[in-house]
Amino acid sequence: MFQLPSGAEIESIIATLKSSVGFFVPEIWLSVLFMLLIVVDLAVKGRKNNLLASVTALGLAASFFFIYQQHSLATGEIFFGMYVLDEFALFFKYFFVISGIFAVLVSVADEQLNREVQSIGEYYALIVAMVVGMIMMASSTDLLMMFLSMELVGLTAYVLTGYLKKDARSSEAALKYLVYGSVSSGLMIYGFSLIYGMTAETNIMKISAELARHGYDPLVMMLASLLILAGFGYKIGAVPFHFWSPDVYEGAPTPITAYLSVGSKAAGFAILMRFFYVAIPHGGEPFQDIAGLDWLMLLIVLAVASMVYGNVVALWQKNVKRLLAYSSIAHAGYLLLGIIAMDELGTQATLFYLLGYLLMNIGAFYVVILIANRTGSENLDDYRGLGRKMPLAGAALTVFLISLVGLPPTIGFIGKLMIFSALLAKGSVYIWLALIGVLTSVIALYYYMLIPLNMYLRESKQPDDDHDRTAMVHQVALAVLMILTIYFGLFFAPLTDFAKASSAMFGLTIY
Amino acid sequence: MLSLIVFLPIIAGLVILAVPSSQKQIIRIVSLLAAVAQCVLAVLIWQGYDAALPGITAAAGGAPEGSFQFIERLPWISLDLGSFGSLNIEYFLGVDGLSITMVILTALISAIGVLSSWPIQKQVKGYFILYNLLATAMMGCFVALDFFLFYVFWELMLLPMYFLIGIWGGPNREYAAIKFFLYTLFGSVFMLLVMIGLYFSVIDPVTGNHTFSLVAMASQENYIKDAILGPDSVMWRYAAFIVLFIGFAIKVPMFPFHTWLPDAHVEAPTPISVILAGVLLKLGTYGMMRINFPLFPEVFQASLYVIGVLGAINIIYGAFCALAQQDLKKMVAYSSISHMGYVLLGLAAANSEGMVGALYQMFNHGTITAMLFLLVGVIYDRAHTRQIDKFGGLATYMPVYAAVVTIAWFASLGLPGLSGFISEAFVFVGAFSAETTRNIAIVSVLGIVFGAAYLLWSLQRMFLGKRKPDAAYDLEVGADGHEHIHFHDWKGKLDLDTRELVMLVPLAVIVIFLGIYPMPVMGLMTSSINKLVEVLSPVVMTALN
Repeated sequence: MFQLPSGAEIESIIATLKSSVGFFVPEIWLSVLFMLLIVVDLAVKGRKNNLLASVTALGLAASFFFIYQQHSLATGEIFFGMYVLDEFALFFKYFFVISGIFAVLVSVADEQLNREVQSIGEYYALIVAMVVGMIMMASSTDLLMMFLSMELVGLTAYVLTGYLKKDARSSEAALKYLVYGSVSSGLMIYGFSLIYGMTAETNIMKISAELARHGYDPLVMMLASLLILAGFGYKIGAVPFHFWSPDVYEGAPTPITAYLSVGSKAAGFAILMRFFYVAIPHGGEPFQDIAGLDWLMLLIVLAVASMVYGNVVALWQKNVKRLLAYSSIAHAGYLLLGIIAMDELGTQATLFYLLGYLLMNIGAFYVVILIANRTGSENLDDYRGLGRKMPLAGAALTVFLISLVGLPPTIGFIGKLMIFSALLAKGSVYIWLALIGVLTSVIALYYYMLIPLNMYLRESKQPDDDHDRTAMVHQVALAVLMILTIYFGLFFAPLTDFAKASSAMFGLTIY
Repeated sequence: MLSLIVFLPIIAGLVILAVPSSQKQIIRIVSLLAAVAQCVLAVLIWQGYDAALPGITAAAGGAPEGSFQFIERLPWISLDLGSFGSLNIEYFLGVDGLSITMVILTALISAIGVLSSWPIQKQVKGYFILYNLLATAMMGCFVALDFFLFYVFWELMLLPMYFLIGIWGGPNREYAAIKFFLYTLFGSVFMLLVMIGLYFSVIDPVTGNHTFSLVAMASQENYIKDAILGPDSVMWRYAAFIVLFIGFAIKVPMFPFHTWLPDAHVEAPTPISVILAGVLLKLGTYGMMRINFPLFPEVFQASLYVIGVLGAINIIYGAFCALAQQDLKKMVAYSSISHMGYVLLGLAAANSEGMVGALYQMFNHGTITAMLFLLVGVIYDRAHTRQIDKFGGLATYMPVYAAVVTIAWFASLGLPGLSGFISEAFVFVGAFSAETTRNIAIVSVLGIVFGAAYLLWSLQRMFLGKRKPDAAYDLEVGADGHEHIHFHDWKGKLDLDTRELVMLVPLAVIVIFLGIYPMPVMGLMTSSINKLVEVLSPVVMTALN
């Protein structure tokens, strides 16, 4: 059955591996950083939270250099078609490193985390591991590699979610996350196996070619798409695979919530786009599909359900982290709209929206952390009167929320504009989707405004001092995020150009 | 020039940001200086404005120069969208007859609003920062000629307004603030979709690119035939017209989208009511005249009757509601709804008389309603109540106040010799001479009767007769043997003080002057209105088809 490879074959394998390593430098550097963090943690005695955070942040920042160097490399497959280097992957490499740096920054800000957690070394090491996993998710072109990278992200995320051992909510969240994650992984791998059964290939480019050459049974294809979407849908937090997210968002340490809501979601979108655009680019066509149902139709259902459900259920939330969890479900819906457009403009819009989402969502959670440091609570009621006590944080949070609603002059508005432009550029077919999009964002306004309502319109119940104790570094970081949110809402050309340049995917035939 | 008039308040806002919040007087003075500078600029623009140029559409050749004035046009954002060409957003300002009247009105009302904000003591710094942001957004809306820019300014108004009502408002302010916010956002999100659709449908004749320019959009020959909002796409053009109309009608506010207005007015502090009624409502009808109608003229022609009926409902329903109010401010709020109905009726007439009447009514309503709300504020400051039946015989004790009230009240009911009369007369002449709206005009005249009823009745109950037993003030006999009234915990001057006179007298002078000699304002608008009527006329559309 299993034949030992001959000497020549082994030599060629080694040669490919050697040549591929040169295209894999950022990932290697980040893996080194992972181990370095553990060593530093072991070697240095005493209180070292800030040291570890600095090493992580600097290490992540250093990886920019290695990623930047990859621009000069030729795009293409490496490691026997397991992995790819293209503009699309590069975009996400930058994206995950930036969000990783922000995750470190907000972790430093979180007093509860730094107070209660004894072994902060592994915490930062795991964040780095997650960055590696997410980068690999965005770059994988092979079903096995896709599965492995998703599991790497998943496993680190489970541990990080349960990091507040003394907090029952944190442990509960981790367990829920694990259970849901395992189920959806199982479904997804079943879908992968169906695809493999139809094509006898695991590389997505080859799958695409095989499907085009031999055709496929639409029913099986439909089932496989659905099962695979369960896996991806879980990562992006779209309805109906969203059940984990409110509990996990609420229970996890807030920096991890912020990181999951941005990084993990973006990684899910990266892998979803790459898989469906490259492997099954035509949906049902040119082959007859059952009742016209294809993955595009599934995505439309998911998008509508996410926008409506996320925005409506958020109306009743009393906890700000839960509220933002439902809002992130809704944003998954908006992002899916860009993918549904299935063209260059749609991809550009999705990537731009992700950049905007990075800024405004990390920013919002940043303020949530700073407020929790002061009040020890994430309940809406405890936000009363905070606008006057923490003027900068209050103003910044209002800007981030306005951006999440999608009002000008913020980056969130441009994101929505791009998404809806992509839909309307298709003519009148998707107008109804755009209509649902704008109407649900009116609903969104109501619950987002609940936060400024409590901060500014209501007086706090207990009189306490008005002194803002937020450290200067956080004030500055927050002000920068706030200004960027507005700046890129007015002068967004650099980001949209970047998103456009990044919409090229290796092996893509649809645009 | 226009950039300066738009961004002066926001510059003042940034200056205020640097002033410590304890320096309340400095903050107020900085705001006032910006507002006065805005007025000066408005006068300069008015002086430099050539009323002969038409505006509305581009001059021959497709360029806005020679049609619009004080043009400032810079490329703002240019995006490469691959197969969709490039996305061009311009920083494009300019005025024509439609906007110059509104620019003057906005500058005037903004300055009066600052004066009216003087007594505010709570969080003065935050208040004036938001106020200046609002002033910039309002002015920006009126001078923006790029749809994208217009939309940015349009949405920028919402947040400051939300906080200004929500923080400095009355007891039920949370509800009123979010209701205002939700209603207007609901209207404007559709505008966003229409804006995108228009972008893909319109080509700038000069550059050959897609454009957001409202000037290019106002000429039907710039539309791509088979685009989503192109001439062939009848259904979507109707849909776009309707949602745009609803978006602007919410702002007007037009029945049945008016319910946010009384709530917002009752809760808002006096200066914000003045701004709201004086300027913000005009943005709705201005949007119709600048965007909604000229971009979809054939749909406009098909819906004249509906618009006219809705205008008549506004006039009569608003007047009826005003008649039933016990709260003076609520009465004035409903009178606003009634008076904005005249604007809609004038627009529905679709002829020069009606449109001139509508635009002139917008200007006059701005000045008159500002007076009304200021006067309501004056009595509320003293008595802490606005219930009409808590007063009586005020004319005896506050003669100056009573005199100004009489001018404002009579201007509002359309007494000849005051500005409101002229605009309403033009509206009725226009509506009556147009076939479609003739019957509607006849019915709408009833609105004037009811208008006179609620205004005169409230005047009589509050100012004539004697003090009522449960009135909001006490009667005292002074040392000189005369009777005086005394408001509880009011330490200021009983009758109008200097600040109040500074706000009210200019408005009263304008109302009287423009009632006798309307040409300074009306002369600005006629050539633009004629052009607008020409753009909207069915002849042009048939020529296109």
